[in-house]
Amino acid sequence: MMFLDDFFWRAVIAGMGVAIVAGPVGCFIVWRRMSYLGDTMAHSALLGVAFGIFLEVNLMLGVFVVSLTVAVLLFIFQRQKQLANDAVLGTLSHASLALGILLISLMVWVRIDLMGFLFGDILAVNLVDLYWIYGGGFLILLTLLWLWRPLLAITFDNELAQAEGVSVLRVQLVFMLLISAVIALSMKIIGILLVTSLLIIPVSAARRFSRTPEQMALGGIIIGMASVGLGLGASMQIDTPSGPLIVIAAALFFFAANLFPLRKF
Amino acid sequence: MSSNKETTVDFPQTENKKQILLQTQNLSLLVGERKLLSNISLTVSKGEIVTVIGPNGAGKTTLLRVLLGLIPANSGSIFKKPKLRIGYLPQKVSVDPILPLSVSRIMNLTGNFSSLQIENALEETGVDSLKNKPVFQLSGGEFQRVMLARALLRSPELLVLDEPVQGVDYMGESELYNLIGNLRKSHGCGVLMVSHDLHVVMASTDRVLCLNQHICCEGQPEDVSRHPEYLRLFGLDSGSALAIYSHHHDHTHHLSGDLQEE
Repeated sequence: MMFLDDFFWRAVIAGMGVAIVAGPVGCFIVWRRMSYLGDTMAHSALLGVAFGIFLEVNLMLGVFVVSLTVAVLLFIFQRQKQLANDAVLGTLSHASLALGILLISLMVWVRIDLMGFLFGDILAVNLVDLYWIYGGGFLILLTLLWLWRPLLAITFDNELAQAEGVSVLRVQLVFMLLISAVIALSMKIIGILLVTSLLIIPVSAARRFSRTPEQMALGGIIIGMASVGLGLGASMQIDTPSGPLIVIAAALFFFAANLFPLRKF
Repeated sequence: MSSNKETTVDFPQTENKKQILLQTQNLSLLVGERKLLSNISLTVSKGEIVTVIGPNGAGKTTLLRVLLGLIPANSGSIFKKPKLRIGYLPQKVSVDPILPLSVSRIMNLTGNFSSLQIENALEETGVDSLKNKPVFQLSGGEFQRVMLARALLRSPELLVLDEPVQGVDYMGESELYNLIGNLRKSHGCGVLMVSHDLHVVMASTDRVLCLNQHICCEGQPEDVSRHPEYLRLFGLDSGSALAIYSHHHDHTHHLSGDLQEE
């Protein structure tokens, strides 16, 4: 396919794939009030990039492993209830980001575009990334489909779901795995610092027009894809990092959506 | 605390053992150094309403969690009728408006019930008109009725209700307790519920357990309301609630709430 040779179209296809996965996963992040957790996991992604470069493995894999590790650490902290959730999140979020920047700065033997990782770089998407995004994305959606009902049940009420036979712990852990995977896949397009925005802004905009959880997920996908399209197009025109423009496009959709009344049944 | 002997439960005789839905013996739960539940022995039988009352932090919700198997106990035993179907109404479920869920949708979160089954259950608790309403728009009373209907869908033999009237206005409280009493009759199920005030549940309960980590006293509601352990536990902060039953008073309170000899 000729157009895959064009970096812009590669970025567009990658971005669409990322938006399709971000919608349904992002819904649960919003419903479960986990956006700060998502942020923390995303910030730790830079540490994953550093490990990936150092160990010479695929960077997405490095990001996936590190953000999942951070998520599991957080999960253990939360269950122990020794410290305020907020304080733990803040500490891990910034500590991992700082460590990531430090390690990457120390690796002087490789030329790394830090800005690209932090804010997204459409020039960076190669053909292998596309395989990862679509292959991984397919697996993520399949897993989420299997997890959808129990996840919705524990979102409504943890204990009720548990009393009615849902294995809450397993569902929570698998969901964290999904978030890590989405962060890993979205990193190149939207950037580590902005990854969570693609998860939460489009679905929040879609809430206005949704009567069911599924409609909200679908709406999130559509608004996410539109944001990616607009953002990448603008990024191409004015030659700036792609992430901020995608986020601004999504935010515009969000504010526009809020001009409409919340959909009643 | 010296009344350990009085707190021993009379276990039902063996001949009506099949009527017992749930029974515990000397159940204890330790979390770290803290003893949250100590030597709890209780029984709930078919068609019976048992209410657990106690001040905040007495371990009421914790007790329900242990009984439901959500937390393992450290010692003691729990007997449940084999394949006991439990309908559970947890404390403080709140739904954020960001989650677009309708009433009929939450009825089916973990089960597969037909539209007709859902309508019937909602009708039984008097909220069938709310079927398509978003959950976050329900009032406190409407929400609890929906949750009760949800529990009924599983044709429960035992209803476990944690503060069923929370968030319900004063008038709605007794209506809701009446409904629970009626459901007990029409479904023949046992009911185990938690409440923090005795005077409202009094009319609609068969037996009361007064809990403060251990069972302080238990029996008929009228007896418990006069029990010295009960008065000691609630005397400090519910003088006004007791005043409704002023005919029961055989003592007066100092301003501090301490008992005053007459």
